[in-house]
Order: sequence, then structure tokens, then C-alpha cells
Amino acid sequence: MLAKRIIPCLDVRNGKVVKGVNFEGIKDVGDPVECAAEYNRQGADEIVFYDITASHEGRGAMLNVVRETAKRVFVPLCVGGGIGSVEDFRETLRAGADKVSVNSQAVKNPKLISDAAEIFGSQCVVVGIDAKRDGKGSFTVYINGGRIDMGLDLGDWVKEIEERGAGEICLNSIDTDGTKAGFDIEMLNFVCSRVKIPVIASGGCGKLSDFSEVFEKTASSAALAASLFHFRELTVGEVKEHLKEKNIPVRSL
Amino acid sequence: MKTAIIDYGAGNLFSVKNALDHLGAPCTVTKDAAELEKADRIILPGVGAFPDAMKALGETGLIDTIKEQTKKKPMLGICLGMQMLFDKSFEFGETDGLGLIPGTVELMTPPDLLIPQIGWNRLIYNGKCPLLEGLGDEPYVYFVHSYAAHCVPKNVAAYTDYGSNVPACVFSGNVYGCQFHPEKSGEKGLQILRNFLAL
Repeated sequence: MLAKRIIPCLDVRNGKVVKGVNFEGIKDVGDPVECAAEYNRQGADEIVFYDITASHEGRGAMLNVVRETAKRVFVPLCVGGGIGSVEDFRETLRAGADKVSVNSQAVKNPKLISDAAEIFGSQCVVVGIDAKRDGKGSFTVYINGGRIDMGLDLGDWVKEIEERGAGEICLNSIDTDGTKAGFDIEMLNFVCSRVKIPVIASGGCGKLSDFSEVFEKTASSAALAASLFHFRELTVGEVKEHLKEKNIPVRSL
Repeated sequence: MKTAIIDYGAGNLFSVKNALDHLGAPCTVTKDAAELEKADRIILPGVGAFPDAMKALGETGLIDTIKEQTKKKPMLGICLGMQMLFDKSFEFGETDGLGLIPGTVELMTPPDLLIPQIGWNRLIYNGKCPLLEGLGDEPYVYFVHSYAAHCVPKNVAAYTDYGSNVPACVFSGNVYGCQFHPEKSGEKGLQILRNFLAL
């Protein structure tokens, strides 16, 4: 039986770690390679780098971060942000990433998902989604860091993602992100009931019980958090101890 | 003391090299038969589809050298590299493997479980194997695969439970194989690589 995964996410700009609160008010803290090594020591099951740089120079810095991390951290690395082509996939995987995550670019060009899955394998294609309640009882997909409503139905989108061969979905709820009131159980169940590929829960966790809740009430395979771990409010180890007490299978070190 | 990592274009080749570098183990990434002959041990990495990988390995001209050298020194196959150790695979038709461990490679069909298996699963030991020493009870290691080996229990050092008992670590004489990725399995994975380097 597979362990439920705990995944810390590091937002990186120009090779440095940052963390946006509700996608705004970014402040600069720390070296991403050191942060990744620390998360590895704490027992992270996977580490995500999210590149928020829009420039070409920033991409180069990100690839260096991936290369250096891959020399020191021996758990799967996933890299997202600014991935728009098969070539971006290729150079990110070559730098040492095990998975690549696409978000806005996949909405604009869904063929990118199928092309990447065909060339590199489904296991390395993660599709990130930012979604929000539409006020009419369903959910819609946003792009550009939650700024633009694409008028795309979340149910339709996750089906298409699966059909195109993505290996995983990382679902971020704009409604709960930054609130620390818990993961978006309703939105996660909406997606988990529609696809057979693993779903990673993102957005809203603020305390230990949020992690047990998401695994007890949804079929999510993993939970992702950024600021909670980054500002040391909780460690990955504490989260896993809590899950173990709740009889949720997790990898111990 | 040198490990030769066989270069036939496998995707995880540099992850394996990073892990050996981290462990301070001298290694060379090579498609040169002479390097395999000089090395103390050999690693066969692998990610992707079986027929393409066997074809690429065949194009290096190393297959006979591998068969000859494994009579004298340890070799470790990782993931698809493990599957290639067997007689044949049924991924996209039927393709011969290296035939170093008796058995076949077939699609997993666990009811109600996702294919591929992607994630951390436990090793369930099946007897003793030097590769798996010092890992503690049922350690978690990282798997990414859709196909699995079918072989006799005496060649299995550990299974993992994915709907049924799936061979996770296999061995026969000097030849060892891991279906999971030791180079991505944290400290436990590094210990498995240390064990291999100590053979």
C-alpha cells in the first residue's frame, strides 16, 4: 500500500526562495538548495520548486538550483513555473528534475500535456490547477497565478488532463489558499471522484489536523504546503507523526 | 574500486551518478566495453519502455560484454534496468531481455489500484540478501512502474504489496535488481547503494 506523501513547495525567484501570501506580498528568504536539503532531513517525500520568475535569466538560475539540489537530495524533485514547451520539459528533466509541473500553459495549449507524456512518460507530467468556486455550485479554472478566470469548468478540465496522459494533478484551491482554515475538501472530492490519476491537495492547510482531515475525507494521494513549512510553523516530521497516530500510512525515515 | 554506469541514454543515469558521487564512490558513465572490463562493478539504469531500451542497449554493442562480466563482478539493474535482467518482457509485444535471471516481465493488473504505481511503498523481505542489509523493518522505497517481474521466489530478496506481492528486489549470483529507484529513495536508498558498493 502506498504511503500518503507530504510535499513541501518552495517558491523560487531568480534562484532565491520566496513565498507569496495569497499570491501577493512576496518576501525573500533563504537558499533553495539548503531549504530542500532541510526538508529532505525532515522526511519530505518529494520536493517541489515553483519558479515564479518570468525572465530567461531566472530560468537559468532555476535550472542551476535543480542541478545543485539533485546532487544533495535523493528524493523525487518536481519543478514547475514558466514551463511552456516540450523543450522546457527536456531541459528541466536533464537538470535533474524527476517531474515537471505545468499550469497556465497547459490551459492555453493542452497538447503540451500529451506531447510531454508521450516523449517523457506520464510519470513526469504533473498538471497544476488553480480553481475557484463559480458561485453557481461548481468550480472554474484560473490561470496566471489565479488572476484570470478562463471560464473553463474544473470537471471538464481534469477529465481532459487525464485523457491526455498526465501522471498527476496538483489541485490548488484559490478559495482556501492562504486562509489556513484547512484544505478544500469539497473541491478535492469533486476532482478525486472524476479521475483515476493521483491528486495532490494544495492550499489552505494551517494546522496538523488539516492533514489528517484531507486524507480521511478525500482520496488525495499527497498534501502540499509552502509557507507552513517554510516559516517553520510545522515540520514535515510533525505532520507525519500526527498522521501515523491517525493510522494513515506515511513513510518514516 | 570503480563502478561503471552503462550509458545507453537512460533517463535516470545522472541521478544514479549523483547518488554515487554523494557517496564518494568513483564511477564512470560509459558505453565502452573496456571500461566495463576494468570496473569492479556495473550499474544498468533504466527508465522508459522495454523494447526501446533493449534496442538502445543492443546498439552499444555491450550485451555480450555484460553477460561475460557479470560472471566475475556484481551488477545492479535499476527499474527498467532490473526488468532487462530477465528472459523476456511483454511490454509492447514480446522482447528478449539479457536472460541473467530466469523469468518474465508482465503488466501489473491490480484491481482498484492505479497503474503505474507511483510513490513510496514498503519492502517485504523474502529471506536474506546482502543488498538489503541494515535497512530496518519494511522500509519505504520509491517506485515508478507499470510492469513487474514474474520469477521464482528463490530469486526474490523482497516483495512489495501492490494488490499482490510484486518482486521489488531480485538477485541471482552476481546479478541484482531493484524495481524501485534507490537513487530516489532517500537514506534507505543510499544505504542500498552502499551495500551494493560493498559487495
